[in-house]
Amino acid sequence: MSVLVYTEINKGRVKKSSLESVNYAAKIAELTGSTVTAFVNNADAAQLEEIGKAGATKILSAKVDNLNADNMLISAAVEQAAKAEGAKVIVFAFDITGKGVAPRLAAKLKAGLVAGAVDYPVVNGAALEVKKNVFSGKATAVYTINSDVKVISLLPNSFPVKLGENKASVSDFSVDLSSVKSRITIKETKSNQVGGMVPLPEAELVVSAGRGLKGPENWGLVEDLAKVLGATTACSRPVADMHWRPHHEHVGQTGVAIRPNLYIAIGISGAIQHLAGVNGSKTIVVINNDKEAPFFKSADYGIVGDAFSILPKLTEAVKKFKANQN
Amino acid sequence: MPFVINPYDEWYALVRALELKEANLAEKVTLIHVGLADSEATIRKGFALGADDAVRIDAESPDAYFVAEQIGTYAKSNGYDLILVGKETINYNGSSVGAMVAGVLDLPFVSLATKLDVAGNKATVEHEIDGGTQVVECELPMVISCAKGMAEQRIPNMRGIMAARTKPLQVIPATGNAALTSIKSYAVNPGRTTCKMITEDNLDELVHLLHTEAKVI
Repeated sequence: MSVLVYTEINKGRVKKSSLESVNYAAKIAELTGSTVTAFVNNADAAQLEEIGKAGATKILSAKVDNLNADNMLISAAVEQAAKAEGAKVIVFAFDITGKGVAPRLAAKLKAGLVAGAVDYPVVNGAALEVKKNVFSGKATAVYTINSDVKVISLLPNSFPVKLGENKASVSDFSVDLSSVKSRITIKETKSNQVGGMVPLPEAELVVSAGRGLKGPENWGLVEDLAKVLGATTACSRPVADMHWRPHHEHVGQTGVAIRPNLYIAIGISGAIQHLAGVNGSKTIVVINNDKEAPFFKSADYGIVGDAFSILPKLTEAVKKFKANQN
Repeated sequence: MPFVINPYDEWYALVRALELKEANLAEKVTLIHVGLADSEATIRKGFALGADDAVRIDAESPDAYFVAEQIGTYAKSNGYDLILVGKETINYNGSSVGAMVAGVLDLPFVSLATKLDVAGNKATVEHEIDGGTQVVECELPMVISCAKGMAEQRIPNMRGIMAARTKPLQVIPATGNAALTSIKSYAVNPGRTTCKMITEDNLDELVHLLHTEAKVI
């Protein structure tokens, strides 16, 4: 028996959420006295090495073209890997791929699923008890998975990635997709990545701004601060709705839910729908000219004042700090 | 406590389904819900918005798999071409039922759709992927989870509200397997207790605190 973990290569590297998943699977293996097998498709030697360093004892390395074109294909491949390994626990990241694949595979295997785990499971006899966020982060619930095979997807940024010595054995894994009735054809793919910026769901530092910035022409101030911090930029819903910023930067209940280490919110009042997308952040800094802004109640650090004068000063302060560090 | 239709199901999935019907691209819009009789008032709100009929599977909804199996079983025996769900629920945030229904029925699933068009037997879907967006084509039947951009929230009009009273709501018993998970306990996430206020002329202090106290930079 083993713990199987799905890992993914995206834009030339092992996804951070995948490395977190391998760490998490290694912990489950330790708790249940089993081993960790990672499944990966189209990985090179360096990427296999990294998966090994994250704690896999064995890596099933597949070479399938266009596996990611349809989550039905990924699900079938992981199902075959799970059967080959006799896996009793299957781990995914609760990212876009994991949300598409884990529930499908769970349904196929009649395996209980916890989607968006935030902590290590507790072993209770043959069952696993897994904590996850509910009510958009306002509460947590402990789920008991009672089925024989169990699927858990891990909420990204729940644990920092730990890399150690690579002890993994790698074996080629051939996948048979001839019976999968994939009907999806990709017509067009558009990237919204900004060069050098960490994608928002993976970002540890995020600088976000709202209507208080008064217009898209002022975003240079936000970008300057993000740049010196090495942070990713984000925005509130009204800003995306007014097309000041692209939709993919919108964080909140209807946009992207994030949980970076540091979230700096500038000129965002802190509506409950916005908080639902960011309240998992480790540290929140709020800058607002209205001292009554509700966001201050959910912040760790607050500055009341004019963003247009604070932002350049804060950027300078971070620059000075960075210079002193080097 | 008054209950509402899960906003992602209502604003995006249901409204887009109604738009497809209004454009003569769909014949009928059916609501399906797994729950007890106390949810019927909420289902009728979907009628008021324009859904034609509804099915309530008469059971509690203990987990996503149980719900997905009920929906899948009904959809299969009644030949639906398109199963639309919201991207997640606002209570459990699991993003699971759509992909599970697709798994139960062995159908294609496209998640986080922001645009959907149907021509004949083919759907064109724009959806979010890691680091971008993608346009895909797929022959029906299929399952799609709907996100912001798909449609706009609607308010029921008086005619819809009047018509809602008489639309057919079928109640059928649950079939299939028991739930695979159960909830053992809940806890409220402790909120932040104190916000440390910093003055504008003391931003070096903020940076210092972020480094030494919060340890995030």
